[in-house]
Amino acid sequence: MSAVLEIRGVTKAYGERTVLRGVDLEVAEHAAVALIGASGSGKSTLLRCIDLLEEIDDGDVLLDGEVVTDPSVEPVAVRRRLGMVFQAFNLFPHLTALQNVALAPVRGHGANRAETEAHARELLVRFGLEGREDEHPDRLSGGQQQRVAIARALATRPRALLLDEVTSALDPELVGEVLEAIRELKAEGMTMLIATHEMSFAREVADEVCFLHDGLIVERGEPDRIFTAPSQPETQRFLRRLLQAGRL
Amino acid sequence: MTSTVAVLGLLVTVVVTSEGWSNVRETFFSPTDFADAFPAVLDGFWLDVKLFVIVEIAVLVLGLAVALARLSRTPALFPLRLLSAIFVDVLRGVPTILVVYLIGFGIPALMLSGLPTDPVVLGGIALTLAYSAYVGEVYRAGIESVHPGQRSAALAVGLTEGQALRHVVLPQAVRRVAPPLLNDFISLQKDVALVSILGPLEAFRVAQIEASSNFVYTPLVAAALLYLCVTVPLARLLDRWERSRRR
Repeated sequence: MSAVLEIRGVTKAYGERTVLRGVDLEVAEHAAVALIGASGSGKSTLLRCIDLLEEIDDGDVLLDGEVVTDPSVEPVAVRRRLGMVFQAFNLFPHLTALQNVALAPVRGHGANRAETEAHARELLVRFGLEGREDEHPDRLSGGQQQRVAIARALATRPRALLLDEVTSALDPELVGEVLEAIRELKAEGMTMLIATHEMSFAREVADEVCFLHDGLIVERGEPDRIFTAPSQPETQRFLRRLLQAGRL
Repeated sequence: MTSTVAVLGLLVTVVVTSEGWSNVRETFFSPTDFADAFPAVLDGFWLDVKLFVIVEIAVLVLGLAVALARLSRTPALFPLRLLSAIFVDVLRGVPTILVVYLIGFGIPALMLSGLPTDPVVLGGIALTLAYSAYVGEVYRAGIESVHPGQRSAALAVGLTEGQALRHVVLPQAVRRVAPPLLNDFISLQKDVALVSILGPLEAFRVAQIEASSNFVYTPLVAAALLYLCVTVPLARLLDRWERSRRR
């Protein structure tokens, strides 16, 4: 099985502060890899680096075997092949749900408007947003907004999805509907890299769990093994703290 | 309400019972002088209207260019950033009337062929430069107020920097700064009168000529009324817009 995403020795620092210290990671086709770790461990930065929203200092990111962090590669074309969903939704507030989903294919990639809108409608219906297509984001609940954001990320038919703590900004009662959407994507074989604080969800949906600590992946493996018998002291400590907080 | 009426009543009483009131009434508020001067002043006012419509459009474009230059990030564009910062500092820091003087009399004095010599054009250029500095800063504040996550999201779906700006950042920025933009335009609508110092026969200039030839000030009042006719509706429009946005 060839990897859709491959990250090799990626480092990233903001001034004096080093956030990633040489991260290695692969995501195979149709696989879901969960990225867990404390806030500030570098999960978001890693996802932003993969989507070329941040410039990495060293290392390589490969998408379908192509080094996309090479300066000669046009980042816009790469980002179209990846979908990203943000913690705070980042929907475009001046556009309706449908326009949010259809904006990039129509405006950016010159796709046929009617076809794109039909596809966008299909995506919205699929994520339970039938009848809400013409609402602006501020008229939607957090869970609905995040599902629009997922539809938006899928509108470009990406090879892989990058999910950045997509339920962290949601009220607890709305988390379930968003996780359900991701579960469906997994069932359909979407390749996903999921940064998350939802451990039970990571355990359920992920094929592999990577524990990121202080800018390094210190442990990775089958979800059941990581959550029941972590081998590294940092992982043990992290999971113990979650257990004490009642989050495991 | 009653207190307003009382205060206004008192003011009017003080004015109309003052020793010089009959004189003032004759020189400033004479109906016959008003009727005599009004057609000529109105004629001149069309030049003001044309000028501010054209200058407003030019300011919207140049102001945006100044803002985008100041907000550029590429190291290669540093000279442009510096230039736009100097442009804003200088043109905001100099009284508009001086800008009109310097451009209006300075450019023709260069005697370079190809440069405009028409005082209306030169006055328009001066006002465009002066107001672009203000409007550029308004745009900049608007663009900076849009959360960086919006740009990230726009790039993440595969838009270019330019497309992200055009379809995501600018629409939100302009909506936010529409009230201060309109405010600057109200101010521009009356500052068009500054072009009169270069000689074109716009409303204020015509009124001045009429006034000095007859030793009355009523034509100036006529000009003032005409300026109010365009600034007040715009101000009301702005009020209504702000009210509806708050809802």
